[in-house]
Amino acid sequence: MSAENRTPFVRLAKRTEMSRRNMWLIRIGSIVIALILGCLPMLLTGTNPISAYGVIIQGSVSRPVYLRQTIRTAIPLLGCALAIAPCFKMRFWNIGAEGQITMGAVFATYFALFWSGKIPHVALLIIMAVSGAIAGGIWALIPAFFKAKWNTNETLFTLMMNYIAIGIVAWLQGGPWEGRKGSQLIPMFSDEARLPDVLGVNCGWIIVLVLVVLMFIYMNKTKQGYEIAVIGDSVNTARYAGMNVGWIMMRTMFISGAISGLVGFIIVSGANYTLYSGVADGVGFTSITVAWLSQLNSFAMIAISMILAILEKGSNTLQTRMSVPASIADIITGILLFCMLSCEFFINYKLIFRHKGKEVNG
Amino acid sequence: MEKNCAIEMKGITKRFGQVVANDSIDLQINRGEVLALLGENGSGKTTLMNMLSGIYQPDEGEILKDGKTIYIRSPREAYEYGIGMIHQHYKLVEVFTSTQNIILGLNDGRMDLKAAENKVNEICDRYGFEIDASEKVYDMSVSQKQTVEIVKVLYRGADILILDEPTAVLTPQETKKLFAVLRNMKADGKAIVIITHKLNEVMEVSDKVTVLRKGKFIGTVKTSETNPQALTDMMVGHAVSLNIDRPLYPDPRKKMIIENLTCVDEEGVKKLDSVSFTANTGEILGVAGISGSGQKELLEAITGLYPVKEGSVRFIKSDGSEVELVGLTPKKIRQTGVGMAFVPEDRLGMGLVGSMGMTGNMLLRSWKKGKGALIHKKEPEALANKVMEELDVITPGVNYPVRRLSGGNVQKVLVGREIASEPEVLMTAYAVRGLDINTSYTIYNLLTEQKMKGVAVLYVGEDLDVLLELADRILVLCGGQVAGVVDARTTTKEEIGLLMTQFNAKEDER
Repeated sequence: MSAENRTPFVRLAKRTEMSRRNMWLIRIGSIVIALILGCLPMLLTGTNPISAYGVIIQGSVSRPVYLRQTIRTAIPLLGCALAIAPCFKMRFWNIGAEGQITMGAVFATYFALFWSGKIPHVALLIIMAVSGAIAGGIWALIPAFFKAKWNTNETLFTLMMNYIAIGIVAWLQGGPWEGRKGSQLIPMFSDEARLPDVLGVNCGWIIVLVLVVLMFIYMNKTKQGYEIAVIGDSVNTARYAGMNVGWIMMRTMFISGAISGLVGFIIVSGANYTLYSGVADGVGFTSITVAWLSQLNSFAMIAISMILAILEKGSNTLQTRMSVPASIADIITGILLFCMLSCEFFINYKLIFRHKGKEVNG
Repeated sequence: MEKNCAIEMKGITKRFGQVVANDSIDLQINRGEVLALLGENGSGKTTLMNMLSGIYQPDEGEILKDGKTIYIRSPREAYEYGIGMIHQHYKLVEVFTSTQNIILGLNDGRMDLKAAENKVNEICDRYGFEIDASEKVYDMSVSQKQTVEIVKVLYRGADILILDEPTAVLTPQETKKLFAVLRNMKADGKAIVIITHKLNEVMEVSDKVTVLRKGKFIGTVKTSETNPQALTDMMVGHAVSLNIDRPLYPDPRKKMIIENLTCVDEEGVKKLDSVSFTANTGEILGVAGISGSGQKELLEAITGLYPVKEGSVRFIKSDGSEVELVGLTPKKIRQTGVGMAFVPEDRLGMGLVGSMGMTGNMLLRSWKKGKGALIHKKEPEALANKVMEELDVITPGVNYPVRRLSGGNVQKVLVGREIASEPEVLMTAYAVRGLDINTSYTIYNLLTEQKMKGVAVLYVGEDLDVLLELADRILVLCGGQVAGVVDARTTTKEEIGLLMTQFNAKEDER
């Protein structure tokens, strides 16, 4: 007589609550599952997964020189994830970090090329950093302005801005800033314009670690961070509380873009010592993964960016030593992302099977 | 008559948490007949029909089609049983033509647009619909969009049609046309249900009326054997005594004067039409009306959240000076020292931040306070503890996300915060919706307490029994206009009920 026996076999119900411990257990479990699933593509290419993982770890952290390279990979990822965090907290989907990095790099490069030797070393680096940050900030401000004013779609807008930025660099490379005629290359920076190393790695790592702390404080302890959190939860609530949503969006995007621009400066001045159109090298996109996987928590971002850097660095070693394609790292990253995102689903929902379903109170 | 029975619902019960939306309801839908499902807001009409269209499944009871028990687990299955529902909010793809919309989701092999168009035209000719099969939806009027929805349902072969408040968005002329079409379909042997709360339409188009009240089945009568007065009585019922304490405030004074307030929405439809009234200190002014009569817009316009086209809202400060609120943002209103508190209808979507705890939500009113860039959590935390204690909010702690609290506790957090701001005007929208009896009384007492402190309280409510006992005066809205302001101590439910539907009846006479 009741309809229960004809309800679907499995249905979903929202979970009421779950302890913090269990939430993190599920998340760690999902990483383990991802690593196990990652064995599959390796087996398909005829590699022993255990030794492959061994090589990845060995090739990325076993020796100081490897570790330094790994950290060098992690720096821009971490910095850019920090940049994206406030936007995503606000549910403003900024996928334009790639372009913001590039524009920051362009402005830093301008001063590196034309001002070096004219002013002191430290002053030059500061000018490069500040101009990079401002350029990235303005690049991010443009889509935010249109969003605030005419409610344009920020996802498409920020994405398109990436290609414009990359196009600008390509033009500079082949035109006004070209070094040797026909080389299509911008000359290398002079030593004046290069970031000094600290403990064997460019001092960008100090900058991003300071940013981790600052961003944590900004997001959790400041009025602006509070405004961002409220907007992310409900724009209507923010309006109700008297917040100027459009203004806050523009401000947050400027900050986000400025950090990305700073990362752009760190890349050209600390790692590449020159500018080319692939300067951002996908960091703007990979850092979305970092930000998302760490639940926008700045300190968790350190760990996640290291994991991704280890995978990337380690799989390069894997390629040379075991001739496994390095793209295996991308595959594992993809599986990792998939597993961690789907585990959020299990944190929020529970499955109710038909027979057990009766007792469970939805 | 029995052989005409298309669908029978027996003892249907549906609960949402602790709220019983439908309580053991019986309903019979016959072929070649228009059944009107009548009831106030929240009486469970739409919930009941959603179970027929496969959106919800009943907790108890059974549905029979042609005498056989059926289970409808999805809208697609509902179509297989020939049941089609036309919802209040149309679900059309704007950039598609009407035909493309109509065949959307149908999976019968290859798509033959020409044949589909012919079939659409055929249906239109048969029942007298006026749509162009190749016109794009964004070019259509609201009534044409509705027509597309109806044709869509017919195209899928439905012979049992459910229309949820179909006339709410139509002009009187369009309503006439719709009714003509309904009669054609009836003559063709279709079974039709219209969900409505407009009595004149019930009388005009239906053959039978089933009345629901607060989720309960009240009765089914033949339209020819009843009259609007009798139906109103069934709809609102007899006044129930709730024993809400209603003291008199000794010294009422004018607090807020609203004059000719007019608001239009994005599509240019008038939501408020020259609304004028006065709110006094020490008074609860009840606001009654069918949902969507402008209640939400009224409160939001006063608080600066909804754009005002013309008119004025004058706030009289305790020193006698007046402040014009129209044109000010919520932030400006607060800065001018106007003590206004607002408990919006959408608690978690507008009044609170669901992912934050009580402290974070108390901050929503005071986050700007204090020097420097950092937020000051001491005061809001103390306030959160105070609210938790005084209103018995059941929560594991002041930092536990309010989204996870029960509806009653969520509302206590919101009302507690608003009252703590010591407002001069307190506005509440559906403050007790979804709350259990005890929490509801807690809210009533809090509001009365505020009133006796000299606060001007605006209480938008849907339960007339409560309005009659809680409020001092009742403002009745109908279609964005003030239908009347009555003394709550002397008026009757019937009088308010008639005011609530007044303008619809008038339009019909024209």
